[in-house]
Amino acid sequence: MVRVELPYHLQTLARVGREVEIDVVGSVTQRSIIDALESRYPMLRGTIRDYATGRRRPYLRFLACAQDVSHDPPDRQVPDSVAKGLEPFVVLGSLSGG
Amino acid sequence: MSRVRVLVGTRKGAFVLTADGTRERWDVSDPHFGGWEIYHLKGSPVNPDRLYASQSTSWFGQLIQRSDDGGRTWEAVGNKFAYDDPVGTHLWYDGTPHPWEFKRVWHLEPSLTDADTVYAGVEDAALFRSTDGGREWVELPRLRRHESGGAWAPGAGGMGLHTILFDPTDARRIFIAISSAGVFRTDDGGVSWRPVNRGLKSEMMPDPTAEVGHCVHRIAMHPSRPQVLFMQKHWDVMRSDDAGESWREISGNLPSDFGFPIEVHAHEPDTVYVVPITSDSLHYPPEGKLRVYRSRTGGTEWEPLTNGLPQRDCYVNVLRDAMAVDRLDRCGVYFGTTGGQVYASTDGGDHWAPVVRDLPAVLSLEVQTLTT
Repeated sequence: MVRVELPYHLQTLARVGREVEIDVVGSVTQRSIIDALESRYPMLRGTIRDYATGRRRPYLRFLACAQDVSHDPPDRQVPDSVAKGLEPFVVLGSLSGG
Repeated sequence: MSRVRVLVGTRKGAFVLTADGTRERWDVSDPHFGGWEIYHLKGSPVNPDRLYASQSTSWFGQLIQRSDDGGRTWEAVGNKFAYDDPVGTHLWYDGTPHPWEFKRVWHLEPSLTDADTVYAGVEDAALFRSTDGGREWVELPRLRRHESGGAWAPGAGGMGLHTILFDPTDARRIFIAISSAGVFRTDDGGVSWRPVNRGLKSEMMPDPTAEVGHCVHRIAMHPSRPQVLFMQKHWDVMRSDDAGESWREISGNLPSDFGFPIEVHAHEPDTVYVVPITSDSLHYPPEGKLRVYRSRTGGTEWEPLTNGLPQRDCYVNVLRDAMAVDRLDRCGVYFGTTGGQVYASTDGGDHWAPVVRDLPAVLSLEVQTLTT
């Protein structure tokens, strides 16, 4: 079980709280986490990764264990504590400044 | 008993305004999709409780929402807008070829005959269709593959397909308009398209009378007379009496012929409304006076409508999709501003009053006339 923390607008879209728990089959990576998240909550498809490129949307960030892993390869394993559900995988909407 | 439902898309959510046929007292909903840009929402003519909404942000991209109860509850449906392969290129700002990239849905046009069929005009300019209530979207690619498509180029506001008009007498005929390519028409349900821009003149273009490349802001039609089209172009208000084959200018005595929306009275096909804006450099009304102009002669002769509208210190804009009419006997006219006001007239424009004053900037406005 992996814990995923979602930004406000994706919480309201998926009608869930700040954190959801999902089962991830196989290696726990950014890609497999988002795949599992979209499978469980289909309304999130296209909102975290661009449909055309499959890449993380530029204004979103991925955090794990207080580290920004947004630029890590999507198939790299996330830290053990995230894979084991001890720490959340955080999807963060970047600040817009101002 | 008739009712009116006004669907307002704003920079920070959608709002549903409702009133009975007197249109004297209005109920303003709480925001739907608060914090999201709602470029457009529109109801099906077949089933008025079936609504479609275009919801987007720079953070999370595009969503399409559907309601089956007149906007009380919503369901996120399909949001995958994939251009037909090969995607191809259009011209970029620097004059180089640039691949088509989906950015957002500017306009949703539900079918006149089937509540599950809806068309989407998108940026970068293309036309998509869903026949299952918005779950799956398929491009009508022959529009983008018109021989001129590779030369289409975005203006400063992007390259959006913003107007979709169905001919109610011929299901195969559709008009669309693109900023900044112009008007295109299909007579075979989207199998083939051709530009219908003859008579347009745009001085900022290298060839001011070129067949393609005009920055058309909006076109409008009265359903009883589908061969007559009215256009608000970047500059110039235009009219066609032959389904776009030729256009002539009808700006007449307008204080400025720059603007965005254009609309036709529900019962008088030659009564037309525009909102003059100072210029493409100054996106606010001339002299700080918010004036709707009405022509009762199909153009050229225009009268200012000011009663109830601010006539000093007003510097809002009215965007292309932010004006509409109802179909009650005394035709109501409505528009929303970038200042967050929605104004309504229940007498064809003679008198105006704000329905609501402090919404986020209004991007679009549509009206449904309901019978209960």
